[in-house]
Amino acid sequence: MDIHEYQAKEVLSNFGVAVPSGALAYSPEQAAYRARELGGDKWIVKAQVHAGGRGKAGGVKLCNSESEIHEACDEMFGRKLVTHQTGPEGKGIYRVYVESAVPIDREIYLGFVLDRSSQRVMIVASSEGGMEIEEISAERPDSIVRSIVEPAVGLQEFQAREIAFNLGIEPRLVQQMVRTLQGCYAAFSELDATMVEINPLVITGDDRVLALDAKMSFDDNALFRHPQISELRDKSQEDPRESRAADRGLSYVGLDGNIGCIVNGAGLAMATMDTIKLAGGEPANFLDIGGGASPERVAKAFRLVLSDKNVQAVLVNIFAGINRCDWVAEGVVQALRELELDIPVIVRLAGTNVEEGQKILAKSGLPIIRATTLMEAAERAVGAWQNDLTQNTKMRAV
Amino acid sequence: MSILLNRNSRVIVQGITGRMARFHTKDMLEYGTNVVGGVVPGKGGETVEGVPVFDTVKQAVEATGADASLVFVPPPFAADSIMEAADAGIRYCVCITDGIPAQDMIRVKRYMYRYPKEKRMVLTGPNCAGTISPGKALLGIMPGHIYLPGNVGIIGRSGTLGYEAAAQLKERGIGVSTSVGIGGDPINGSSFRDILERFEWDEDTEVIAMIGEIGGPQEAEAAEYIRDHITKPVIAYVAGLTAPKGRTMGHAGAIISAFGESASEKVEILSAAGVTVAENPAVIGETIARVMGKAA
Repeated sequence: MDIHEYQAKEVLSNFGVAVPSGALAYSPEQAAYRARELGGDKWIVKAQVHAGGRGKAGGVKLCNSESEIHEACDEMFGRKLVTHQTGPEGKGIYRVYVESAVPIDREIYLGFVLDRSSQRVMIVASSEGGMEIEEISAERPDSIVRSIVEPAVGLQEFQAREIAFNLGIEPRLVQQMVRTLQGCYAAFSELDATMVEINPLVITGDDRVLALDAKMSFDDNALFRHPQISELRDKSQEDPRESRAADRGLSYVGLDGNIGCIVNGAGLAMATMDTIKLAGGEPANFLDIGGGASPERVAKAFRLVLSDKNVQAVLVNIFAGINRCDWVAEGVVQALRELELDIPVIVRLAGTNVEEGQKILAKSGLPIIRATTLMEAAERAVGAWQNDLTQNTKMRAV
Repeated sequence: MSILLNRNSRVIVQGITGRMARFHTKDMLEYGTNVVGGVVPGKGGETVEGVPVFDTVKQAVEATGADASLVFVPPPFAADSIMEAADAGIRYCVCITDGIPAQDMIRVKRYMYRYPKEKRMVLTGPNCAGTISPGKALLGIMPGHIYLPGNVGIIGRSGTLGYEAAAQLKERGIGVSTSVGIGGDPINGSSFRDILERFEWDEDTEVIAMIGEIGGPQEAEAAEYIRDHITKPVIAYVAGLTAPKGRTMGHAGAIISAFGESASEKVEILSAAGVTVAENPAVIGETIARVMGKAA
């Protein structure tokens, strides 16, 4: 689960990480009022969306007066911000964060991630802050400092000092740097984060070490023990289909194609998408309905897949291991009777009691296209979709 | 022979009184697995499917001589149960549970390292379908009837995709020495590399099939190990060619976040290491048959 910048800053400052003073606003008027409260004569207005690359996309503005704040906010509120991380549909701006501008001497990159190779938490830092980490690794790989944290004892001071000195931090500022690193690690481990990124961490003209930006992601599997973090969830930043699926216990990822997929198991679901592509089609979604594949879940899955208006054919691929194919087949038939679809449906069943399952599909009288192998299923799905398209075009021509 | 699990393995089920665990305990017993006990704190003295339940893993090990365990405990408590098994002297543990916090797994792995290598428990999973040595024993939730006994060693992340591969092999009359599910989580007990090493030493395994997916460095690490240490033929399939970058595809670990983690990059790395790659999931069985010199 991702959270907003202002939320990440609040979380991190509770762990001793210094941040510039700032305030949240839901309207241009409120933003101007908040700026006056903060004082000073230079502010940064930042669109709060769950995506990086906001600066280049016009989501971060330096303002020198209240009227400039008004202007900046008018351009942001209610708009979709499209950055290289959001996809073409963008993310809605409903909140902005107003921050006092600070004089910057140096920018540093600081990231904490779960390193899957060492299976531990890794700190990645670079003296080239402000750029994205991908750019840094491509252009200035020599500037990157890495350090792995021993989980039994946590981040030690010497490690934090080493990182600070390797980044070329001046000795009088090392202690502030150590406090920042330890604060981030404590937040990461105590709150079950999967990522903390401060880019940039700045050294100001008046010798302060401040987190100018902050991003945090949390382990969905650990939210049960962090109710205060769960409350930070902002559904306006999620794909509505994906949040609806998650609320129903299904795992769904929307894609750009037009052949909808309903599969049990994540690996088989990906394999089914790959086979559709190989057969000349484009999958409309990833959908794992779980190992069980009960009739209720199949019906829910159909509704979800069909809520994507681009879907022009549906491929159901179920490998019945513990369940039986006849039971799954009954679920499919029941769902199709309820939904009265007007697009082709291809069903491939495999595993226990496959013959009985096929018989149930055949006897249903529904126009289900059956397949026995994965390749056959994908080819028939692509074929049926193309066929359907030609027929529709003909009808339109008439 | 087979790896990790055989006819003599003495199995306990942690969390045996749950609905799923009861169902699969029955299934494992019917398959011929030597299930000797179960563990649920506070339910010691009960029986499930004729098998005695104990309060602690230590008690179960003392009373039954158990050396293998299947963990069915809900996510918030699963890490604790795995550590309990490691401490009680269990040699091989399979964790089925999906949804264990990643940092709990970091602690589990760290904890397991407090034991010297010869006493250290082997863990596979979490978030996997389990391990089967066909004709001998089943430690997991997979349907036993889709596996024939034979000489292909299978290592896979995914449950149902693994079933798909096993069924394709059965259709061709090809059997399996052991099939090991390593699970779809980002932090897992054993990697492809760990299991490859075991199959290399197993007399009954002639060829090894790896079923990978997007996300994480373990397929690439396996490729390096295969190039330098594995003499047996290795066949691989990697799922997720059509998966977009930066999105989690069902499994917590199935997310492309760095170079070398996409399916096409993994295929390239594995091919360069001499692995025969099945181009699509429909030809996994066919590719294995071809490598074994059997008619496709």
